[in-house]
Amino acid sequence: MSDAKVTVTGPGTGSRERMLARIRAAVADAPEAPEPARDYLDTHTADSGVVDLLAENLADYRALVHRTDGAGLPALVGRLLTERGARTVLVPPGLPAPWLAAVPDAVARIEDDPRATAGELDTVDSVVTGCALAIAETGTLVLDGSPDQGRRRITLIPDHHICVVRVPDQVVASVPRAMPRIVPTRALTWISGPSATSDIELDRVEGVHGPRTLEVILVTE
Amino acid sequence: MSGTYLGMPAFPVAAKEAVGNETLRGNLRHATHTIRDKRARAVAELADWDLLREAGKQIKDRTLRHLDRYLLQLEESVTAAGGVVHWAADAEEANRIVADLVKATGEREVVKVKSMATQEIGLNEALAAEGIAAYETDLAELIVQLGEDRPSHILVPAIHRNRGEIREIFRDRMGEWGRAAPDGLSDTPAELAEAARLHLREKFLRAKVGVSGANFMVAETGTLVVVESEGNGRMCLTLPETLISVVGIEKVVPSWRDLEVFLQTLPRSSTAERMNPYTSMWTGTHDSDGPRNFHLVLLDNGRTDTLADEVGRQALRCIRCSACLNVCPVYERAGGHAYGSVYPGPIGAILSPQLRGTRSEIDASLPYASSLCGACYEVCPVAIDIPEVLVHLRERVADQGGKGHRLEKAMMKAAGWVLDHPGVLAAGERAASRTRALHPSKPPGAGAWTDARELPELPPEPFRDWWKKNRGNDRKDSGT
Ligand code: SF4
Repeated sequence: MSDAKVTVTGPGTGSRERMLARIRAAVADAPEAPEPARDYLDTHTADSGVVDLLAENLADYRALVHRTDGAGLPALVGRLLTERGARTVLVPPGLPAPWLAAVPDAVARIEDDPRATAGELDTVDSVVTGCALAIAETGTLVLDGSPDQGRRRITLIPDHHICVVRVPDQVVASVPRAMPRIVPTRALTWISGPSATSDIELDRVEGVHGPRTLEVILVTE
Repeated sequence: MSGTYLGMPAFPVAAKEAVGNETLRGNLRHATHTIRDKRARAVAELADWDLLREAGKQIKDRTLRHLDRYLLQLEESVTAAGGVVHWAADAEEANRIVADLVKATGEREVVKVKSMATQEIGLNEALAAEGIAAYETDLAELIVQLGEDRPSHILVPAIHRNRGEIREIFRDRMGEWGRAAPDGLSDTPAELAEAARLHLREKFLRAKVGVSGANFMVAETGTLVVVESEGNGRMCLTLPETLISVVGIEKVVPSWRDLEVFLQTLPRSSTAERMNPYTSMWTGTHDSDGPRNFHLVLLDNGRTDTLADEVGRQALRCIRCSACLNVCPVYERAGGHAYGSVYPGPIGAILSPQLRGTRSEIDASLPYASSLCGACYEVCPVAIDIPEVLVHLRERVADQGGKGHRLEKAMMKAAGWVLDHPGVLAAGERAASRTRALHPSKPPGAGAWTDARELPELPPEPFRDWWKKNRGNDRKDSGT
């Protein structure tokens, strides 16, 4: 690795030292900057309202939101896949088996395989995952690559993503409350509504690249 | 040469052309007003906005004060996580590093996620000169690239194109770059987006090398952050085997926790959303998830010069939200291209002359591309006092050769704003009496600006009142 670095950066890698020296000279006379004040709010929401707020904000960003309990979950997943006309569903390695217990045989399950090419993933209709966390105030799902969520790409290439959120355990009110519960060094994807663009005369169009349909199941256990 | 805007006319000339372009003005007006109004609502949802803004400012100031320390910490964390860090003093060096990295993979094409840093250094052109094709994958950037055009807005780079023009560009040009547009393509946004989806997916699925920028880099953990809406960013960041990120040194933040401030203020200031649809965060490389090789190129290219200027260094706090563009009456008239830089609008007017120096005519004219109304400062989520820096830079330009007076008058004439709207001007002056020097019958010389150093202390509220009150008149005046 270090060989490669020297080759591409050029002889001596003098820029590193030069940039650092220039920075030190530039701020030599600058006043000391204090530790930032953090007197902003930790949350803007009462704890009792977080699940409803999550549902509301997800829907506001055009995710389709469903609610059920543990017993109703398998049937709901099966129904959503059927209604969608999915012939294949992608399954991350650690997805709890009961979640897919009622998926009809007509929908083929494809285990995610790290060797699968992007082209192969592109032929899959739907994907079902869990999540690490959901943030109510922003309507955000946080995925961290845990076994029930899989690699970042599997929630990107298929056109239909069903994400299961355990409520209220996995719901936090706000971004400041989410940060300590997320492991920063994992491969993270935050999802707030389906892919969207407003590049053409600011008309919002769903899904230029990511899944055009995002369905979120809030499941009480 | 950064930005490849050689031969670009100075702001007054470019602005004059733009003001005469009715399509451009119509598009821009629609865009800036829509985003601006939505933004105000999104911001109003957070009762602690002012505290978040202050925290963002302080975090950035502290980062800049100890930038050497945080960059070294970042280098250590990224390296420990399996990435390779490169330091690039200028555009040429950054381009050389990226070109060599791409060549080392044996590939001849790269997919790119929209990045102002790579536009700033002219990376696509530099790669093309080495026989490497760089494909922009953001829908707007695709429109700009296919149209052989330049972006005109930080956030919605193709806002100067309307749907009819976009259909023409897709129909005529897509086939030359890859998958052609479908027959009978209409100009509905949904159909145009679908054509782009198919065209670009072909490229994503075969891409071996991705190039990106980053919105933030966390020193403590080595985490890079890209916020986006479309998912093309996620494609470029996770599908290729090799990922090269070119990032300005000012994008570092000390701690993971600092993100909680910017992830609240950036989306609301930028697209007026509570959160942007996708945020990707990666730390070095991850087992069987995403690229196996990750390279981070830390870019200076004038940033350390900017840092050395005690008034101007605050421009390095910018998180590129584009809120200042959308409230700027001069930007609305002149359009992004008139600024002759990848950084348009109020932030461009203070950033470009600092990054590039004020020697060229365009850069010397930029500090005058403003009415100093103060709206940009008011909306800035990191409280950059843009008017203060503008005045400071005008002094610098005046000191170097006394062009200021001429540029001043030319700018005001060309932007067609003040002279067309004496009533607006008068109301503006009442709201901000210290800008009296702006009156067209009495254009100030450079000296007047020096006297007005304390000028940026405009009362923000009166401006807003004034602006709201005058929207109606303005529409009538400009709807030609
Ligand atoms: S200067 Fe402030 S308002 Fe303008 S783009 Fe930068 S952060 Fe946003």
